[in-house]
Amino acid sequence: MFTRFNTGAAALAAVALSGTLAAQTAWAENAVSIGFQQEPTTLDPTSDATAAIDGIVTHNVLESLTTVNEAGEVFPDLAESWTISDDGLTYVFTLRQGVKYHDGTDFDAEDVKFSYDRAMAEDSENPTKDIFKPIAAVEITGPHEITMKLNNKDAFFLFNIARGDASIVAPESVDANKTAPIGTGPYRFDGWTRGDRLTLVKNPDHRDADKVAMDKVTFRFISDPAAASAALLAGELDAFPGFPAPEMLPQFEADPRFVVVVGSTEGEVILAMNNAKPPFDNLQVRRAISHAIDRGAIIDGAMYGRATPIGSFYPPHGPAYVDLTGQYPHDVAKAREMFEAEGVSGSTMTLRVPPFPYAMRSAEIIQAQLAEAGIDAKVENVEWGFWLDEIYKKQNYDMTIIAHTSPNDMRNFARGKSYFYGFEDPEFTALWDSISTEADDAKRTSLLQDGQKYLAENAIHGFLFQLPQLGVYDARLQGYWSSSPVLFEPLSNLSWTQ
Amino acid sequence: MSYFLARRIAGFVLTLWAVSIVVFAVMNVLPGDPALTILGLDSTDEARAALRERLGLDAPVVQRYLAWVGGALRGDLGQSYSFGVAVSGLIAERLPLTVSLAISGMTLTVCLALVMGLTAAARHGRAGDWAIMLFSQLGIAVPVFWLSMLLVLLFAVKLRWLPPGGFPGWSDPVAAARALVLPTVALALVQSAVLARVTRSAALEVMRLDFVRTARASGFAPGHIMWRHVLPNALVPIVTIVGLQFAGLVTGTIVIENVFYLPGLGRLLFQSIANRDLVTVQALVMLFAAIVVTANFLVDIAYVLIDPRLRAGRA
Repeated sequence: MFTRFNTGAAALAAVALSGTLAAQTAWAENAVSIGFQQEPTTLDPTSDATAAIDGIVTHNVLESLTTVNEAGEVFPDLAESWTISDDGLTYVFTLRQGVKYHDGTDFDAEDVKFSYDRAMAEDSENPTKDIFKPIAAVEITGPHEITMKLNNKDAFFLFNIARGDASIVAPESVDANKTAPIGTGPYRFDGWTRGDRLTLVKNPDHRDADKVAMDKVTFRFISDPAAASAALLAGELDAFPGFPAPEMLPQFEADPRFVVVVGSTEGEVILAMNNAKPPFDNLQVRRAISHAIDRGAIIDGAMYGRATPIGSFYPPHGPAYVDLTGQYPHDVAKAREMFEAEGVSGSTMTLRVPPFPYAMRSAEIIQAQLAEAGIDAKVENVEWGFWLDEIYKKQNYDMTIIAHTSPNDMRNFARGKSYFYGFEDPEFTALWDSISTEADDAKRTSLLQDGQKYLAENAIHGFLFQLPQLGVYDARLQGYWSSSPVLFEPLSNLSWTQ
Repeated sequence: MSYFLARRIAGFVLTLWAVSIVVFAVMNVLPGDPALTILGLDSTDEARAALRERLGLDAPVVQRYLAWVGGALRGDLGQSYSFGVAVSGLIAERLPLTVSLAISGMTLTVCLALVMGLTAAARHGRAGDWAIMLFSQLGIAVPVFWLSMLLVLLFAVKLRWLPPGGFPGWSDPVAAARALVLPTVALALVQSAVLARVTRSAALEVMRLDFVRTARASGFAPGHIMWRHVLPNALVPIVTIVGLQFAGLVTGTIVIENVFYLPGLGRLLFQSIANRDLVTVQALVMLFAAIVVTANFLVDIAYVLIDPRLRAGRA
């Protein structure tokens, strides 16, 4: 790793020498420097859920059989094409030929079988093993053909296998992927100084290499929002896609050197209520909480106005979205009346909040709103490890605030009582089963709308807002996604305007 | 002297042993499952169980403690849970930066503090004294992260003389030095404010003594008296504070390294605690403890060198 790093050292040093110079050098060299708040722990998306791994490696270094675009539509990737049997249970993938890994070895059907078998194995440490559950068997039916047999129909199958969790890896290099990933993608891993930066360089042998503009991409890891802002202003960074501080955006909007992009993510932010625990097992109490909440005030106060309200659990940019934000209009008098009728008025509830700014800021506002309606909410700010242990695993909480950032995660409501919602209803579980096995788009859309209406009707949680994707970019940069339907984002479309 | 040394070394070993038990106990009592932190909310119980088994997290606490201590004694600090590489490698990558930062910060702190403290003492009760004490009051009151941001905004964003943060590596010494300027200044300005006050008080204390009056009466230049006679006699309290500050400086790099996004030990510790990376946290806390104990040890030795009376007393 060090030798590779040294080859780029001269260029890196040049970039570091001066902010102004850096921006010009980057421009001239077709290089780009991107800031991330989170640093990856390892570089293998098939064994670690850290989002930054997908953000850097998935579909840039490692590729999957399919890929998706910004709208979430599925496209061929390492699989050139596929056919699906009429019963929806057999998928035959025709693989791309002549593809090589960055170490020069050939990609073939063996690698696909190896990657899937590894993810599905009993001792697999795949972070999203559930997406492989429907697969009964993966068979090599030709040197460039793979047949997958499913146990049950899965409407999200082709979308799911585009994810980093289903990356295609080679048996020879899989062990090294944690520190120096070797894939088939348009970028090769170049070097990683932990705690500081990671660099990728263009893979000239990639099938689409002539369309890839950036020769070099440097990721810089800056967790502090004020430091991130200073780095952008000083010209050290050309882009910061997951900009952590909405309150700092006005200065970039006022600066012609930058473009501020407010897009959407798959993250629904909810005021989760422990449905297994009184009084949250009472529908009327949950509805009263929904009436007590003023989403407009939460979005203004916690997100500086930069988020879209949601009335159920589905992203507003999705094709099946129904606007249910009017289901429980903000009405303090009504909420107070309902709390009194259920005998919970004046009672104390805890609101345990994980250490994320959107959650901590929302919590304070919700606390004040509940107080107006006669509920004393105690806010407890807890550390992430504590949250995972006490709230997520042990369900030891009344209310919490959390963003669910995975695609198609309405499934959470069909996970049964042992999931931290403490919610289970056979009616919804059956509805989710039909959603996840419905292959017809129009029918699935209608079912998804039924699902959203069911969740709003039953006020399972307080549905707050969709987590925005806030990005600050150099005004000359183009080809990035403003919204992300997945955790990854391809770098191959990035370029400088001439 | 050899008795003194032996006692010190025994104390060093005992301190580290006590720290190892406390760190291990605390990390095991802390809620949080490394497997869940690594594999995320969508992971299955099955996958988490497989990972826990591979990491050896299911073994009894005592067994894990003994395995860890045994490994550490042989020089094997174990594999980091979250980074998946040897902890010793992670530390080796980052130690030079943190040590450089601490040493440069300390050097600048001592230089600034001695000049400010002695100048203030020499101008005791006059405008210069007031100005320096006001400045040091400000330095004590200002949080280091805030001062850091101000320095960045002025020197990196506005004037563009220096980079706002990050570290380009040691292969280019000029760029590396430039990257360390702002963090060093931020560390030293705050630390020297405290030390300047101590220097001033210690110097004033000595200046009241008869030999200083005699020196003045003999016609020595005021600067000569200050640096050659007052300072050496005022050194004991100053060295005590320097020792404490050095320990504080090493741990203070946690804040500085986050603000300037420098790849040092402080940032590694921060990340490792968040990741519930038990083995890495243990190794780092032990290292910090060792540095603090060593700093105290060096201060004790310095006392003996400064003050011959102590040497006689210990023998």
